[in-house]
Amino acid sequence: MALKHQPIVVKLCLLTAAMFGFGYALVPLYDVFCDLTGLNGKTSSMAATAEAAIPDKKREVLVEFIARPNNNMPWVFEPVVHKLRVHPGEIHRIDYLAHNITGRAMTAQAVPSVSPGQAALYFNKMECFCFTQQHLTAGQQLLMPLQFYVDPALPEQFSTITLSYTLYEVEAATPVTAQTATGDNNE
Amino acid sequence: MAKTSYLCWSLLTFLLAFSTQSAEMPLNMTQGVTEISQQVYHLHMKIFYICCAIGVAVFGVMFWSIIHHRKSKGVEPAQFHESTKVELLWTALPVVILILMAIPATQTLIAMEDTSEADVTVLITGSQWKWHYKYMDHKVEYYSLLATPRKQIDNKLKKGDNYLLEVDRPLVIPTGKKVRFLVTSDDVIHSWWVPAFAVKKDANPGFINEAWTKVDHPGVYRGQCAELCGKDHGFMPIVVIAKDQADFDQWIAQEAASQAAAKEAEQKLLAMNMSKEELMALGEKTYMGYCAACHQPTGMGIPGVFPALKGSKMALEDLPGHINIVLNGKTGTAMQAFGKQLSLSEIAAVITYERNAWDNNTGDLVQAADIAKAQKP
Amino acid sequence: MSTVTTDPHAHAEHEHHHGPAKGLKRWLYTTNHKDIGTLYLLFALTMFFIGGAMAMVIRAELFQPGLQIVQPDFFNQMTTVHGLIMVFGAVMPAFTGLANWLVPMMIGAPDMALPRMNNWSFWILPFAFSILLLSLFMEGGGPGFGWTFYAPLSTTYSSDSTALFVFSVHIMGISSIMGAINVIVTIMNLRAPGMTYMKMPLFVWTWFITAYLLIAVMPVLAGAVTMVLTDKYFGTSFFDAAGGGDPVLFQHIFWFFGHPEVYIMILPAFGIVSSIVPTFARKPLFGYASMVYATSSIALLSFLVWAHHMFTTGMPVFAELFFMYCTMLIAVPTGVKVFNWVATMWRGAMTFEVPMMFALAFIVLFTIGGFSGLMLAITPADFQYHDTYFVVAHFHYVLVTGAIFSIMAAAYYWLPKWTGHMYDETLGQWHFWCSLISVNVLFFPMHFVGLAGMPRRIPDYALQFADFNALISIGGFAFGLSQLLFVWLVVKCIKGGEKATDQVWEGAEGLEWTIPSPAPYHSFTTPPQIK
Repeated sequence: MALKHQPIVVKLCLLTAAMFGFGYALVPLYDVFCDLTGLNGKTSSMAATAEAAIPDKKREVLVEFIARPNNNMPWVFEPVVHKLRVHPGEIHRIDYLAHNITGRAMTAQAVPSVSPGQAALYFNKMECFCFTQQHLTAGQQLLMPLQFYVDPALPEQFSTITLSYTLYEVEAATPVTAQTATGDNNE
Repeated sequence: MAKTSYLCWSLLTFLLAFSTQSAEMPLNMTQGVTEISQQVYHLHMKIFYICCAIGVAVFGVMFWSIIHHRKSKGVEPAQFHESTKVELLWTALPVVILILMAIPATQTLIAMEDTSEADVTVLITGSQWKWHYKYMDHKVEYYSLLATPRKQIDNKLKKGDNYLLEVDRPLVIPTGKKVRFLVTSDDVIHSWWVPAFAVKKDANPGFINEAWTKVDHPGVYRGQCAELCGKDHGFMPIVVIAKDQADFDQWIAQEAASQAAAKEAEQKLLAMNMSKEELMALGEKTYMGYCAACHQPTGMGIPGVFPALKGSKMALEDLPGHINIVLNGKTGTAMQAFGKQLSLSEIAAVITYERNAWDNNTGDLVQAADIAKAQKP
Repeated sequence: MSTVTTDPHAHAEHEHHHGPAKGLKRWLYTTNHKDIGTLYLLFALTMFFIGGAMAMVIRAELFQPGLQIVQPDFFNQMTTVHGLIMVFGAVMPAFTGLANWLVPMMIGAPDMALPRMNNWSFWILPFAFSILLLSLFMEGGGPGFGWTFYAPLSTTYSSDSTALFVFSVHIMGISSIMGAINVIVTIMNLRAPGMTYMKMPLFVWTWFITAYLLIAVMPVLAGAVTMVLTDKYFGTSFFDAAGGGDPVLFQHIFWFFGHPEVYIMILPAFGIVSSIVPTFARKPLFGYASMVYATSSIALLSFLVWAHHMFTTGMPVFAELFFMYCTMLIAVPTGVKVFNWVATMWRGAMTFEVPMMFALAFIVLFTIGGFSGLMLAITPADFQYHDTYFVVAHFHYVLVTGAIFSIMAAAYYWLPKWTGHMYDETLGQWHFWCSLISVNVLFFPMHFVGLAGMPRRIPDYALQFADFNALISIGGFAFGLSQLLFVWLVVKCIKGGEKATDQVWEGAEGLEWTIPSPAPYHSFTTPPQIK
């Protein structure tokens, strides 16, 4: 190739490679953007602290709980309560019941989704069974805790928050130690 | 030129003739039955009229030029080729028009996305290829499948009036109340769309979307899945019946009662055995409604995609495995866990059917009690 | 390369000794931009018919309600591969073929900057498309998830033909990127002395900008398609909620490529129309500078609008508003271009040979496609249009009566320069009128069935859509048949016809009209002087 073409060709090849990298960079960029704006209703996978948990008695927010085992996930999976009226800033704890009704040990992962998406930023989970995989032996039942508070900074226009968990089976590489129905895994 | 106008008029007449023939199909978007759907319709018409006006203006100038500025008329071509003034004008004017369009559009959008203060909430789950409805404040939930018989689709029977737009169990909502929809999916992306409400929301697996409507008039409203979701994307319609509050209350109470009764009845049935004829009849019905879409009415499946049941090891030998896979599905594949979707008798019947139809002839009879036992270790 | 005189006869004598090789070897090893341009154009024409045949299968099934001809699974494969072939196998290679033929001549260059890479850019295409087409014969069928291959339909819920689809798309992408690099280097480095950027013909400008768009977004498509492959086979969870991913992320990545892609498929068309209208109006292009700026603005804006394909996915209001406003804004530079073409016609002295007919039809019908695009931009209304035939109508207007008509206009316009023969004007007029009428019978009614509620990508429909679908199918068959006229005409023109002059068209301006017809195998071996 003529010498004079080389600089441009090199630059364009670098640009091509950079754009390929950019395509992959969109993956974490998307997560960052979602974290900032609550774009897809994903909540944080890290436990929140109680810093902002100052109750605002003047306001009430309805929190709805939904549990959905995935299509080919046969467990029984239900929240013990379906909705709760809370004051922002108040810490609450509710449980989800999981029951492995099959004849073999299985491992599951709960994936949360909040609607409206932007409210996800203000739904603070201090403790959640969705942070870890859950392992149940055949027939085992388990009450799984969720400890949360609604951030008092929740914008005015949101009065209902819906929290949905979808439960997926995970092909478990290393089984996490099973917790019994009465086990206290939070205190 | 005369040739062109003649052709245009003939085409228009032709099209109009067709439109009077198919008087059933409206040429325009529906106005719908909610305040939002009316806003959307009027927005649509406004933008359409503006586009028509611009089109008439621009094409008018263009066709005038085509007629008058032709070499055959002996004109000398002008040589001008720029004018900053004119360019600025026809850049600025469209911006103004766009702003005028954007204002009502913004207002309507903000109104549409406000899901607060709902009276009724329904969780809608799409899956291949049906919808599931669950009322969040009542103990009522059910699947809603296409009700059009296969024979109509295969052109063996005359097609009914609501061909492809009918389901076995429609969604029922009250009129005059704000109904909130929580939309999600169990497998691929689907989309829940009812034109009469101007509601279309994608059902994303693992995520929840929200939409709402408030229907003014009682009636039956039909929609379709609006996101390619596999082979039967065109065969999973939506039917919503809006009833007056009193009728709705009555309906939902009845539904809750009959669902509770059915659960009880199922427990009782565990003690009884169905005959082979009963099992095969119920099994065939269930198979055609839930299994044939993938495994085919012939049991042959689709090679490389959905396994055959006819002559399969699972259907001929492995009874516990067979029960397990129907109940619990298979992770990482499209095989769903039907334990949640079908009653114990339906599962027992469909497994019996699969083990005896298409020359499988194992002679196995599976009863509801066997399924109940398999569900608990 | 030895210096060559500009005397065509002496040149021809040289050809005997080291001119183009004979037979298959010539085409297999050529590095000549004219040969490669011809290869691209003939390839595109072939793919147009293959993609068109799939459209015929689609329209045959949709001719009546009920399933008569194919099963839903295969129907989805037809819609998918029809889209992939038309986008990546017909429109893009056709424009690349035109770029190869015309850009060097228009800037007074002897060839493309990187002739050997040029050969590879072309020859990997038949390879890629053979793989894609053969995947249709796999057990489990070919890709059936739409040309947009959303996850998880394309990951967990697809057959193994997905692997071949991914491989095929990678190769197409590499071809496009190499072609784009070639175009950019050629335009930057090989312009004849005196040909400043603002003296380049608009076709060169539009391809220059298109080439940058290609380099910016084809790699992103490569990324998306690789992520689908690894999600399906190698345990990643980019788009799988179970593993912490998000199916909507796929759509963002895809449409970040996908939206600039549709501008890639229209900008060269703008360049073609900007070449043809001034010629037949015998008047310079109105507002050359603003045409360049408008094209650049369209290219830049195209990066900011991708989520207008995703209004129903559940985005927050502020995002929907942002994308609505940006999408509406693109109407401004596009409108400027349309006005400038009309101003070029105004007070010209027009004649209406076939290239001009196609160019005029482009202006009207592309604008109609633009109007439906503007309607689609309005988010609340889009909720009723999205995934219906209204969208199908929109993009077929901009792609068929837009891009494809411009390619035909280009073919008619430059065939005399390429072959040395005038095409048969009567046959051309027949082709034009048959195409014009049938294409509108085919696509205009789709606006109505979409508004009436018919979703897209369905093999069967409710009864109220029956009559319109029958009409649409008839239009489709007629349009397909009309294209046979074009093939006949092209073959006839290559073989013979009235001898073409250098100038060919009375009002034509540009360097390609200063050299003989047919253009010599090696042209502008010495750079011309630009006034």
